[in-house]
Amino acid sequence: MTDIVLQLENLTMQFGGVVAVDNLSLEVKQDKITALIGPNGAGKTTAFNCITGVYEPTNGCVYFYGEAIVSNRPRGRMKKLYAGENINANRKIVSHTPDEITKMGIARTFQNIRLFKSLTVFENVLVAKHMRMKQNVFTATFRLNYKEEKRIRQECLDLLEEQGLLHLRNEMAGSLPYGLQRRLEIARALATEPKLLLLDEPAAGMNPQETQDLADFIVRTKDKYNLTVFLIEHHMDLVMRISDHIYVLDFGKLIAHGTPEEVQNNQRVIDAYLGVAEDA
Amino acid sequence: MEHLNNKQKILITAALIIGLFILLLVLEQFLPSSSMLFVVLKKGAIYALVVVSMNLLNGFTGLFSLGQAGFMLIGAYTYAIFTIPVEARPMVYQYFNGGIVKFTLPVIPAIILAGIVTAIFAYLIGLPVLRLKSDYLAIATLGFAEIIRAFFQWDKLGPITNGSNLLKLYPVFHSVIFPFTVAGICIAIIVLLINSSYGRAFKAIRDDEIAAEAMGINLAHHKQISFTISSFFAGIGGALLAMFQTTVQASAFRATMTYEILLIVVIGGIGSVTGSCLASFLFIACSEWWLRFLDNTTYIGSFKVPLLATGFRKVFFAVVIMIIVLFYNRGIMGTNEFSLDALIEFFRKRFSKRRKEDSAT
Amino acid sequence: MAFIEKNLPYILAGISVGGQYALIAIGYTMVYGILRLINFAHGDLFMAAGFMMVYLSATLPLYIAIPLVIILTVILGFLIERVAYKPLRKAPRMSVMISAIGVSYFIQNSAWYITSGLAKQYPTIPVISNSINVWGSTTTVVTVITPILTIILVAALVALIRYTKIGMAMRAVSRDFETSQLMGIRINTVISYTFVIGSFLAAVGSLLYFTNYTTVTPTAGSMPGLKAFVAAVFGGIGSIPGAVLGAFIIGICENIIKGLGWTTFYDAFTFALLIIILIAKPSGLFGEKSTDKV
Repeated sequence: MTDIVLQLENLTMQFGGVVAVDNLSLEVKQDKITALIGPNGAGKTTAFNCITGVYEPTNGCVYFYGEAIVSNRPRGRMKKLYAGENINANRKIVSHTPDEITKMGIARTFQNIRLFKSLTVFENVLVAKHMRMKQNVFTATFRLNYKEEKRIRQECLDLLEEQGLLHLRNEMAGSLPYGLQRRLEIARALATEPKLLLLDEPAAGMNPQETQDLADFIVRTKDKYNLTVFLIEHHMDLVMRISDHIYVLDFGKLIAHGTPEEVQNNQRVIDAYLGVAEDA
Repeated sequence: MEHLNNKQKILITAALIIGLFILLLVLEQFLPSSSMLFVVLKKGAIYALVVVSMNLLNGFTGLFSLGQAGFMLIGAYTYAIFTIPVEARPMVYQYFNGGIVKFTLPVIPAIILAGIVTAIFAYLIGLPVLRLKSDYLAIATLGFAEIIRAFFQWDKLGPITNGSNLLKLYPVFHSVIFPFTVAGICIAIIVLLINSSYGRAFKAIRDDEIAAEAMGINLAHHKQISFTISSFFAGIGGALLAMFQTTVQASAFRATMTYEILLIVVIGGIGSVTGSCLASFLFIACSEWWLRFLDNTTYIGSFKVPLLATGFRKVFFAVVIMIIVLFYNRGIMGTNEFSLDALIEFFRKRFSKRRKEDSAT
Repeated sequence: MAFIEKNLPYILAGISVGGQYALIAIGYTMVYGILRLINFAHGDLFMAAGFMMVYLSATLPLYIAIPLVIILTVILGFLIERVAYKPLRKAPRMSVMISAIGVSYFIQNSAWYITSGLAKQYPTIPVISNSINVWGSTTTVVTVITPILTIILVAALVALIRYTKIGMAMRAVSRDFETSQLMGIRINTVISYTFVIGSFLAAVGSLLYFTNYTTVTPTAGSMPGLKAFVAAVFGGIGSIPGAVLGAFIIGICENIIKGLGWTTFYDAFTFALLIIILIAKPSGLFGEKSTDKV
C-alpha cells in the first residue's frame, strides 16, 4: 500500500505559446500537509486546475492513489506548438470532468471565493452532499428520499456546528463577511467527503491573527477528518508553520522542494522571491 | 416570534386551496360564463404554468433558453392530434384524407402524452445545445423553436400535423376549474422539485457553474434534467392553451410568444414561482381586460382622448416592461417567495404598530 | 453549368439578399464584439428605417428623404443604446439581453400602433428599382448594386477600424473591456460610435432590402435580423469579414432552397446552419476561441 495520495508526472500546461506549468512532477503524501508556493503567476493555480479537471493539461499525468485520473500528451494543434519537455508518445489519454474528480475524493477551494451567493449557508453545504445521495429526480421531487434527506441535513448541521457557522445557517452566503466566506468554502469542500483537500490561498486577505487561527484550523481539520492537504499559499509564516513538505514553483518550473527549513535556506528560492523586485 | 410548524402550514395551505376552488365554483354559478373574468382566469392559469416552467430554466437553473413557444407548440399539437374524435378527422384533415392517426385518446392521457412527447423532443435538442453558453444557448434554442415550427407546417407531415392548416374539433374545457387543477398540480410539482436536492443543485449551477462542478454536480446531466422537465410542463401548458383556444395553428407559436413569456418572468421576478404566477394573471388581466380601453378610440363629450387607438395597449405594455427591466429589475417578487410566514409577519408588524400607537394615545 | 443556368435567378437574388444581410450583420457583430450583447433590437431598427422611408417619402422628395432616413435611424440606434443598454453596463448579461428583447418588443408594438398593423407600400426609388438583364435573366438594378455597395462599405469600415484612432479604440475595447477603460479609452464614446456605424449600415441595408420586397410590416425586421445574427455567428462573432461572408453564404443558400421548392424550410435552414456551426465550431469561421479564467 502506497502512502502517496497524489502524484503529478511531467505535468505541462501550455496556453497557445505560453507555458504556464512546465514539466512539474511532485508527490503529496498521506496525512501530510504539502504546500505549493511561488511568486505570482508562477502557475500554482493552473496546476490545481489541471488536477481538478478544470483544464486539460497539455502533457503529463496526475495519479490519485496510484490511478491515473488525468493524462494527456500534446495532440492536434498542440503537437506543433508544444514547447515543454518529456513528450511520451505512448502516454494514454485519460480525462475526467471536475465533478467526477470531486466524486473520487478530491475537494478544492478557490482563490477568488466561489460560493453560491444567493443560497443560504446551509444550502451551500447541502449542495455539496447532493452527489453522495442515492436519490433520482423522481424520488427527490416526491420526497420518497426523505430518510436520506433527513440524514444529510443532520450531517450538514453537525458540520456547520463544528465550523462555528451554525448560527448563520439561514444567512445568504454572499452576505457573510470575507473571513467567514472562506470558512464556509472549506466547510463546503469538507461536505463532499474528500480524501484530499486542495486549498487555493486560504489565507488571502487575512490579517496575521486570522492567519494564525486558520493555520490551527487547517491542522485540526486535517486530523479530525483524516485528510491529506495540498495548499497554495503566499503567507510564508503559515506555510512554514504547518507544512510537512514544500514545493517551490517559479515561471512554471519546479525550482526546489523539501522541508520548510531546506526550502528557506535554498539559494534559488531566495533569488526567485527577491528577484521579483527586479521585474517589478 | 414563533413560526408556524409544518403541519399547520400544510393545513392552512390546503384550506386556502380548497377555499379558492369553492370561490371559483361559486363564481361560475353566479357570473355569466362569458364574463371576462373567466377568460382571464383560464388563460392566466395556463400562462402561469408556462411562465413557471420557463422560470425553472431561466431563473432557477440559469439557462437562458428561448425555446418555450416551440415546446408549447409540440404539446399543443400532440394533444390536438390524439384527441380529435375519429368521426371529425375527415373534416379536419380534409386535404390529407382524414390523416393517418385513426384512434382517439381520452383527455388526461393525451395531456400527459403532450408533456412526454415535448420532453422527448427537448431531451434530443438538449444533447447538443446545452453545451453552449448563455447567449449562444438563447439563440440556438430560438433557432430550434423556429425549426420546430417549420417542421410542423411541412406538407409531407400533413397526414399527422395537417400541414399549415388548423387543427380543431378536439375536446376543450368549459369550466375554469379544469385549467386551475392541471396547472396547479404541475406548478406544485415544479415547486417540490425546486425545493428538493435537485433544485438546490440547479440553483448552485445558476450561481456558479465552476463551483457547482467542483462540488461534484454533473453539469450536463443536471442541465439536461432541468431542460427536459421544463419542456415537459411547457408541453402540458401548450396542450391547455390548445384547449383554451379551441383551434391550433403552428404559425401562432412565434418567437414573440416566447418573448412575452420571458417578459412575464421578468415582471414576476426571475427566480420566484409566486412572482411568476402573480405576474401571469396580472399580465393577462391587463392585456385581455383592464387595459382594453387603451385600444378603443374614446370620446369624452366631443373631446377625443389623445393616443388611444388600436395597438396603444401594447405600446403601453412595452413601456411598462422597459421601466421594470431598467429600474426594477428584480420584478414584483425578486427571488423571494410569497409565504404564509412572511404574510403573518407582515400583519403582525402592522398590528403591533397600531397597538403601540393605541397605547400611546 | 446547367445547374447555374437554371438557378441563376436564385443565385442572383441570394447574392443580393446576402449583401443586405451583411449590412445588418455588421451591426450585430460589432456590438457583440464590444458589449457581448445580442442586440435583439437591431432587426427592428432595420424595420423602423423602412417605415421612416415610407412616411418621409410621402411628403418629401427622395433626395431629402433618403439622407433623413439614414440620419434618423442613426439617432434611433444611438438613443436605444443610451436609454436601454447604458444603465445596465454593470448588470448581468442576462438583464441586458432581456432589455434588448424589451426594446424589440417596444419598437414592434409602436410600429404596429402607428401603422395599425397594415403592411405599407415601400416607395419606388428610381434607377435602382429598374429592371436589368443579367446573363439572360431579368432582375432589378438593386440586385446588382447591393453586393457592390456592400463591398465598398465594408472596405471603408475595415479601413476605419484599422487606421483611425476610434477604430483602434474599438479594437482595444473588444479585446479587453476593463483594461481599455483603465488605459483611458472613453468606453461610452466607443460604444456610441459602434451603434452609430451599425445603425448607419442597417439603414442602408433597409433601403436596399425593402426596395426588393416592396412592402414593410411591423414584424418585417425580426427574421432578417435573426438571420443576420446567424450570419455573424457563422462568420465568427466579432469578425467583420466573417459576418459578410456568412451573410452571403446564408443569402445564397436560402434562395437556392427556395428554388428547390422547399419554401417551408426556407427560414428553418438558417437556424439549422446556426446549430450545426455552434456545435461543430462555436467560434465560427474566423472567430477566436476564448477560455474562461478560473
